[in-house]
Amino acid sequence: MDVLITGLLLGGTYALIAMGLNLQYGMARIMNLANGEMLVTGGFVAFWFWTGSQISPLLTVFLVAPAAFALNWLIYVIFLGPLVKRARSRGQLEVDAILTTFGLSFVAVGLMLAFFGGDYFSYSYLSTPIHIFGDTYGANRVAAFLSAVLICGALWLWLARSRAGMTIRAISVAPDSARLVGIDVRRTAALAFALGGAVTATGGALISTFLTLDASTGVIFTLKALVIVIMGGVGDVRGTIVAALLLGLLETFVARMIDPGLTLAAAYLLFVVILLFRPQGLFGRPTT
Amino acid sequence: MTALSPRDWGNLALCAIALIIAACLPLSSGAYNLTIGVTIAMYTVLATSWALFSGPTHYISLATAAFFGVGAYVTGIGIQHLPYWTLLPIAGVIGAVMAALVGLATLRLSGVYFVIFTLGLAEFVRQAITWIQNISGTKGIYVLTQITEAHIYWQLLGLAALVWLLGWLIGRSRLGFALRIIGDDEQVARDSGINTARAKILLFMVPGAVAAITGAILAPRYVYLEPALAFTPMLSFQVVIMALLGGTGRLWGPLVGVIPFTFLWEGISASFPNQTTLLLGVCFLVIVYLLPKGFVGLIDAARRRMRNSEGFA
Repeated sequence: MDVLITGLLLGGTYALIAMGLNLQYGMARIMNLANGEMLVTGGFVAFWFWTGSQISPLLTVFLVAPAAFALNWLIYVIFLGPLVKRARSRGQLEVDAILTTFGLSFVAVGLMLAFFGGDYFSYSYLSTPIHIFGDTYGANRVAAFLSAVLICGALWLWLARSRAGMTIRAISVAPDSARLVGIDVRRTAALAFALGGAVTATGGALISTFLTLDASTGVIFTLKALVIVIMGGVGDVRGTIVAALLLGLLETFVARMIDPGLTLAAAYLLFVVILLFRPQGLFGRPTT
Repeated sequence: MTALSPRDWGNLALCAIALIIAACLPLSSGAYNLTIGVTIAMYTVLATSWALFSGPTHYISLATAAFFGVGAYVTGIGIQHLPYWTLLPIAGVIGAVMAALVGLATLRLSGVYFVIFTLGLAEFVRQAITWIQNISGTKGIYVLTQITEAHIYWQLLGLAALVWLLGWLIGRSRLGFALRIIGDDEQVARDSGINTARAKILLFMVPGAVAAITGAILAPRYVYLEPALAFTPMLSFQVVIMALLGGTGRLWGPLVGVIPFTFLWEGISASFPNQTTLLLGVCFLVIVYLLPKGFVGLIDAARRRMRNSEGFA
């Protein structure tokens, strides 16, 4: 029971991060390997505001999200737009995007190391116990989970119901035909990319309330988000949420029962199983 | 296979002479130069074998550190039980088998899956070994041998010669021809009856085996072996950068990238040890935006320009 709830709480936060990556990879078609660094940056801003002036991370989110949106918009326009324009095929774009975002991720880590050093950063916010079904949990985990659920829900509604959400889904399903019905594909892709970055940074701010981060942990979160996105199916919001909860459960189970050092190894094994048996994702239909 | 032209014989002879000159390095220079020499030889072997696979197929492999670490552990564990010379082939076979398994799982799918899979591989093996050590209560392994830096250098040089020879032979074989078609258009390759998955898996076994052997050769240099050291993910990225910086289109391309990058890396890590990550990042961006074909591309373009101007004169 204890493991189950802790796992679900963790999985909820993972869902938010993976949702950010899914917007970038599934919709904007950019495999963003600098995603984890965006998360760490979000976490760092939350840390800075909390230790500097005691501003609650739940409020900082409202500052982090627009800032990350603007930053990711710029990244798309400056770095990735030219690649999209010059790419002759999807594969070419993929290779270029991977190399570029790796580069950006290293630059981000290097800058963070230069300015803030390589120390771990953590702070205690809302670390009061909460009782659920007789066991105790940190209030910060519950708060992060509830915020994640709220944001994921809003995002899902927006994607499913609004006109802008529909255009984003359109470029994800058929980028070539989307142009025929008057969608500005490049602008919409930039919007999806920026939104994905904002969601990830928000996730980082939330996750920093209960996990310890440092400048170079980003890549681990990138890896986990990638595993979730692929497990859930690229571009599939519902699949992402289910996969994130599954990964949260699995990690908590492995950490409790076997060894806390093996969480990434467990995520990796899960990834191998998915690749071997359902490479199209949990709910995806096989493509011919 | 076609017969060798006089030009091919000339190139082969030139390569042999260059190798012999390189082999004289330990005899003539000091310890520092030899250390740099070993580093360059190591990255040349790794980057060249990496480019053999990734050049034609455009799959970016980040598994170098995983194979390298496994190779280092083969020497670390095996040295107490087996004679040294048997360890290198054992490491090679293990590396090739690992690469074949990775290839079977991922090479049927798109390139992104392959990148993620190989990125996670080194971390996975590292966590697994750390866990086994925690259970069994051992920490690291001491690798105590009589092997000197010069021996390591010569072994690496021999391996480099082997890799070049192999790459040259593959380029002339049916497999090499198939790979060039796959690189141009995989669909066309499949339609013309090439078993693309098999060709890619076969080729991926080359960098797997070579990186494992390199790890096995270099293990004595570390003296004390622990997972964080043997499986450092930085190694995979450095190899990718050096190979791409040089250019993967030619067999000698990676070498052109390895030499300047090694000096740059040594210089930066000596004076600004915290800025190596930043350097890696900037190099990635330079490769994508300024040097998409690497130094080889620059050299080829310069050559073409020279030939054209001669033609007009």
